[in-house]
Amino acid sequence: MTTSRAERAFNYTVLAIFSVIAAFPLLGVVWLGLRVRTTDVMGIPVPTGASFGAIAEAWQRGHFATYLTNSAFVVVVVVLVAVLLSILAGYALGTMDLPGGNALFYLFLLGLMVPTEALVIPLFFDLRSFGLDNSFPGLILPQIAQSLSFGTFWMRAYFRSVPGSLIEAARMDGAGSWTTLWRVLVPVGRPAVVTMIVLIFMWTWNEFLLALVIMGSREDLRTAPLGLSFFQGQFVSDYDLLAAGAGIVALPVMVVYVFLQRHFIAGMLSGALKE
Amino acid sequence: MSATTGPRPDEESAARATTATASVREAARPSGARPPGAPRRIGYLYVLPALLVYAAFLLWPLLHGAWISLYAWDGLSVGTFVGLANYVEVFTDEELRASLGHALFLVLFYAVLPCLIGFVLVAAMSRARVRGLTFFRTVLFLPQVVAMVAVAVIWKWIYAADGPLNAVLGLVGLDRAWLGDFTFALPAIGLIGTWVEIGLVMVLFMAGVQKIPMELYDAARVDGAGPVREFLTVTLPGLRRELSVALTLTTVAALRNFDLVWNTTGGGPGTNTRVPAYQVYNQAFSEGEVGLACAIGLVIAAGVFAFNVGLTRLVEGRR
Repeated sequence: MTTSRAERAFNYTVLAIFSVIAAFPLLGVVWLGLRVRTTDVMGIPVPTGASFGAIAEAWQRGHFATYLTNSAFVVVVVVLVAVLLSILAGYALGTMDLPGGNALFYLFLLGLMVPTEALVIPLFFDLRSFGLDNSFPGLILPQIAQSLSFGTFWMRAYFRSVPGSLIEAARMDGAGSWTTLWRVLVPVGRPAVVTMIVLIFMWTWNEFLLALVIMGSREDLRTAPLGLSFFQGQFVSDYDLLAAGAGIVALPVMVVYVFLQRHFIAGMLSGALKE
Repeated sequence: MSATTGPRPDEESAARATTATASVREAARPSGARPPGAPRRIGYLYVLPALLVYAAFLLWPLLHGAWISLYAWDGLSVGTFVGLANYVEVFTDEELRASLGHALFLVLFYAVLPCLIGFVLVAAMSRARVRGLTFFRTVLFLPQVVAMVAVAVIWKWIYAADGPLNAVLGLVGLDRAWLGDFTFALPAIGLIGTWVEIGLVMVLFMAGVQKIPMELYDAARVDGAGPVREFLTVTLPGLRRELSVALTLTTVAALRNFDLVWNTTGGGPGTNTRVPAYQVYNQAFSEGEVGLACAIGLVIAAGVFAFNVGLTRLVEGRR
């Protein structure tokens, strides 16, 4: 089929305009955060220099070293445990014909539709009665539970897509269900596992409401987004510092996104798909 | 200290499950010549660790929240059972009803506006394949992966009295303190939502359009269909599923926008940008109405559920 030059030009124009809209605020952060200096050349501001001054100042005054470390710790534990448990549960629900397996699956699926807003208040009081408020386990365990919904849904879908002959061949070779899972199915399913890892990483890193409620009164345990929120309350109109802080908090996820964007997009768009 | 002891109970239970799994397998092997696909009790052991964590930290709080929502409770003293009074209050109290209204208003900006714009643009683009799609997709989707707190900080700068938006609008005398304005604060938050969601919608629709067979367009043209007929008979039916997914994702985002409201306006000016998600926190920790807060949380959950199921049925025409 032929498409006219005009049609193609229209397409690129639309995409370019919306790309600029999407990128503009983020470029603004870089511009402010790096304190770009400009001189006017015939009325057009041309960048002549930049500095890491604002980033260094925000880093120090916002205690971002502590907050990023806290976030990294929380993310690593949540991802490791949630991924391990999701693979195990998804394997059983996807390949083994368990009585009641479907009911269990829908029970996990329910969590995909339960927003944090409906959980956070009872969670806070439950955790407090066990002395787990304002502690890492108190923030980590609920996030593992929330991640298990997507994880189990996602891994079950992968395990169901594996040809039965592959599992059968492993069984013929004398592999038990445990060996079949880790020696055959997980290595073959690496793309699915990677998608799950990056999504749980992003959701956990970006989580705000849970962190606010559970870590609200322990400044030294704040995660990066929570730290940024308090930081912006403190430096209301120092936009270069705020931009630097926002950049620091957003950067880790954006770096991973640039390399693995396919996984992010595929996973986030299919998370909404029900069977 | 707590950092190192924290995850241990979990790892232990996982490890216990592992050894238990192994021993059960050993025991099962002699009689293990089952036909493939037959019920295998060992499967429950694989599900167990996930189910325990999930039940303790998601299902239980959900039920506990439903229980609390039946009480008038300040979080400290003994609560009084009030039945469904908290739910009645969610829909009758003037401020809370206004919050629900704000949420529905934001749905226009988060869901309806991006889908309308995205749909028209992508439909217009559908007849030509685009090179460099990966690049555009990566950029358009970018707002989705940035922490909402960071998005809020960025947009506070854009909307600031001396920010870039006012610099442009000031030229025609339309500058104002957007997020502090009684009329414009809520739409200003809504437009941030539009900015976040429009990329997602376009990426979704572009992927959908690529899957519509070119032959359908050729056939439509052979039949003498113009752009409008082509849109109605080929593109629109072809994108039903994507439209349903887009509406679901964006509507849910509109209902759960605590991060954005908290970090841009804090519910103000006055109570003008208070949304249900904000009220959950506000009622529990500022007003001491924990039962009411739980009721609001469950109303949001019910809304999310209803939109999920309803939109899928409506748009995809299932049952």
